[in-house]
Amino acid sequence: MKRRDFLKSVSGLAAGAALPAMPSVISSAKADARSETLLIVSEGGPNNLDIHGVGTNVPGYEVSWNCYDRLISHEMKSGPGGVPYYDRDKFKGELAEDFKIDDMSVTFKLKKNAKFHDGAPVTAKDVKWSLDRAVSVGGFPTFQMSAGSLAKPEQFVVIDDHTVRVDFLKKDRLTIPDLAVIVPCIVNSELVKKNASEKDPWGLEYTKQQTAGSGAYKVVKWTAGTEVVMERNDDWVGGPLPKIKRVIWRMVPQAGNRRALLERGDADISYELPFKDFQEMKANGKLNVVSLPFSNGIQYIGMNVTKPPFDNPKVRQAIAYAMPYQKIMDAVLFGLGNPMFGAPKDKPTEVAWPQPHKYNTDMEKAKALLAEAGYANGFETTISFDLNFAGVNEPLCVLVQESLAQLGIKTTINKVPGANWRTELNKKEMPLFTNVFSGWLDYPEYFFYWCYHGNNSVFNTMSYKSAEMDKLIDGARTAASTGDTATYDKDVKGFVDLAFTDVPRIPLYQPFVNVAMQKNISGYQYWFHRRLDYRAMAKG
Amino acid sequence: MLTMIGKRLMFAIPSLIGVVIVTFLLTRALPGDPAAYFAGPAATKEAVEQIRKKLGLDKPLVEQFFRYANDLAHGDFGNSLTTGQPVATEIRNRLPASAELTLLGLIVSVVIAIPLGVLAATRPGSWIDHLCRVTTTAGVSLPVFFTGLVLVYVFYFRLGWSPAPLGRLDVFYSAPPTVTGFYLIDTLLARDVEAFRSALSQLILPATTLAIFSLAPIARMTRASMLAVLASEFVRTARASGLSPATVIVTYAFRNAMLPVITTLSMVFSFLLGANVLVEKVFAWPGIGSYAVEALISSDFAPVQGFVLTMAVMYVLLNLVIDILYGVIDPRVRLEG
Repeated sequence: MKRRDFLKSVSGLAAGAALPAMPSVISSAKADARSETLLIVSEGGPNNLDIHGVGTNVPGYEVSWNCYDRLISHEMKSGPGGVPYYDRDKFKGELAEDFKIDDMSVTFKLKKNAKFHDGAPVTAKDVKWSLDRAVSVGGFPTFQMSAGSLAKPEQFVVIDDHTVRVDFLKKDRLTIPDLAVIVPCIVNSELVKKNASEKDPWGLEYTKQQTAGSGAYKVVKWTAGTEVVMERNDDWVGGPLPKIKRVIWRMVPQAGNRRALLERGDADISYELPFKDFQEMKANGKLNVVSLPFSNGIQYIGMNVTKPPFDNPKVRQAIAYAMPYQKIMDAVLFGLGNPMFGAPKDKPTEVAWPQPHKYNTDMEKAKALLAEAGYANGFETTISFDLNFAGVNEPLCVLVQESLAQLGIKTTINKVPGANWRTELNKKEMPLFTNVFSGWLDYPEYFFYWCYHGNNSVFNTMSYKSAEMDKLIDGARTAASTGDTATYDKDVKGFVDLAFTDVPRIPLYQPFVNVAMQKNISGYQYWFHRRLDYRAMAKG
Repeated sequence: MLTMIGKRLMFAIPSLIGVVIVTFLLTRALPGDPAAYFAGPAATKEAVEQIRKKLGLDKPLVEQFFRYANDLAHGDFGNSLTTGQPVATEIRNRLPASAELTLLGLIVSVVIAIPLGVLAATRPGSWIDHLCRVTTTAGVSLPVFFTGLVLVYVFYFRLGWSPAPLGRLDVFYSAPPTVTGFYLIDTLLARDVEAFRSALSQLILPATTLAIFSLAPIARMTRASMLAVLASEFVRTARASGLSPATVIVTYAFRNAMLPVITTLSMVFSFLLGANVLVEKVFAWPGIGSYAVEALISSDFAPVQGFVLTMAVMYVLLNLVIDILYGVIDPRVRLEG
């Protein structure tokens, strides 16, 4: 072979490899499809289409929310920045035409024309079966139901084909809101029963792979880890017919690519991007970026109060004065969070949660407190975080480490793999750590019951026990169920104050949920579960 | 020949059994508790225990192993907890995606690297030799995810020539009916030219990324092996006999220089197949590597075991094919040897 020929062929090949891909030929039919299709890109996808399943992950909740109906749902109100925000206190019927709350029960009348995706009518029997299922399958769904005192199948009574009564176990303000979360979804009982087996009486294997609901969308194709395709259910009666006909949800693991897809206009919506990206996209204004605070959610620094040195409240207060609050807001969050620190000295405590505490970065005070506690020369400790959220946790812990070093406290950073984090939390042995807690039900006493109560739930990560705290939390719960506002207000203020003086955990900020979307996408709504609701969205 | 192949496969059985045992133990030794992970963020201790029971993780290790081995014997790789699908199905669906990408990357790489290596060897010290050296050094020293991201940035984000890095097909095309699992072949079989073009254009960037990375070993090995052969006596004799340079290089030298190149190729191929995780991540490619890594991160035992086992089988088969190829290329090499 001659050198010249050879070179020609080599350079030809090299050019061939780098040649642009043929412009994608999109026929007009495809362009139409495009305008009625919502293309979502995110890092992770569902592992199960049924929220009642074993270990269904958070993306799975989004499928359940859009493909199943509940008896009731929340009304919308205008939230921060004019973005529609679910109204914690106002409910509307979804499958229920109307409902009547009595002293110890609530009665739902079902919409008569409601149908499941396969055409079967939605009856009271389906409702009972579905709620029975939620309280019986165990794991997360059962746990969530019990949070609203919904625990026994006997509580769900069929009155006639279109009427169901839910009896209360006890008076609990959270029972009605708990019927509007994702878990008590109504499942096509006949269809699922047909596909159930002796080993799997609730048909979880069947609903894992396909949706069997009456919701606004149904899953037509699901390739785990790759994509979910949903189509509109034109017979939906739960609300006004959604405008989006088809939803394609693709998993794109690379955050940089998700941003590129958005900026090139190929994808319509994405979340789970680094804060810096959201900040930059906000600044350049090509896309709509919605940032809303997590309802009832806080990122905090927790301290194990059962072991020295953190068993000493003075040490905990010293740490609270040593947190680099503002640096975290600026360098870690790029401003995308609500500060939960530095309230003015004379600000009265509110009957609300979350609310900022009065600590500020004040190294002198921290040093004095530490000396008082007998640790003038500092000590050694370890700060742990969950690697699944390393994007926030890692820089945050480095800043904390730096700051504590000024007090002579030597901190080692311990990175815990996501799979292991829950186990580590459960052991309650980590001396110092950062974590987020956010409750679906947006009530102060709900948050405190899980995070500060002496019954020591998983979320009381500090093993904090205080008889006074328990009395206040229990008092507020009772007062809430009987409508005793005066006691309720007093107790809520009481436990908030106590949480701030005892500081077993130091609230840092209220995180934001960030969603970036094209300018032509409208109808984004914030829900307590922080996932997308396609039903209200429109394109163009 | 057939008996030899049979014998070789027999030899592979003990190593496969070893792989099964080791992966089983290794995955159990991983930190992290799958029950706690899958019980979800709001689980109580009881809920975690319930999940543990459901997953059969409360049983002694030996019993878990025999259950696993028994399932394997029945062709059941178990269920992935993260994706919720049977592992065997997932691997069957994902392996062709990885294989298609890897093969194409390798072909591109071979087509560039071998001529480059041969040319560099025939003209040592010339500019083409330097070009070969620079290209291969650059290719091997750039991490694949970096090359991938740069390519995406330039050809998709900046220039808009390449389609969105969204996996194997444009979002609005549907996958062809599965025959081979290779979209390039399946779309042609289905006579769907548009889908073929879409699949091809989706493949170009990731395949190029892989090719750039694998250029170095192939080109260097070709060059070294060609140099050795060109210096040998039979080549001198051929030249002295007045054969044309093309005949000398292609027929005499190249064929003799191919053996080490083939060995390198097989190594590069198996390496790429397992190691293109990063490329798969960058291009949202639904391949087997990203599947295994995701499973590993969430302590999801079954897919990890399935992945390692599949890879072990692939290695065994690949080595067999290479050995057979040796015999074809060089009659002096016998399978017995």
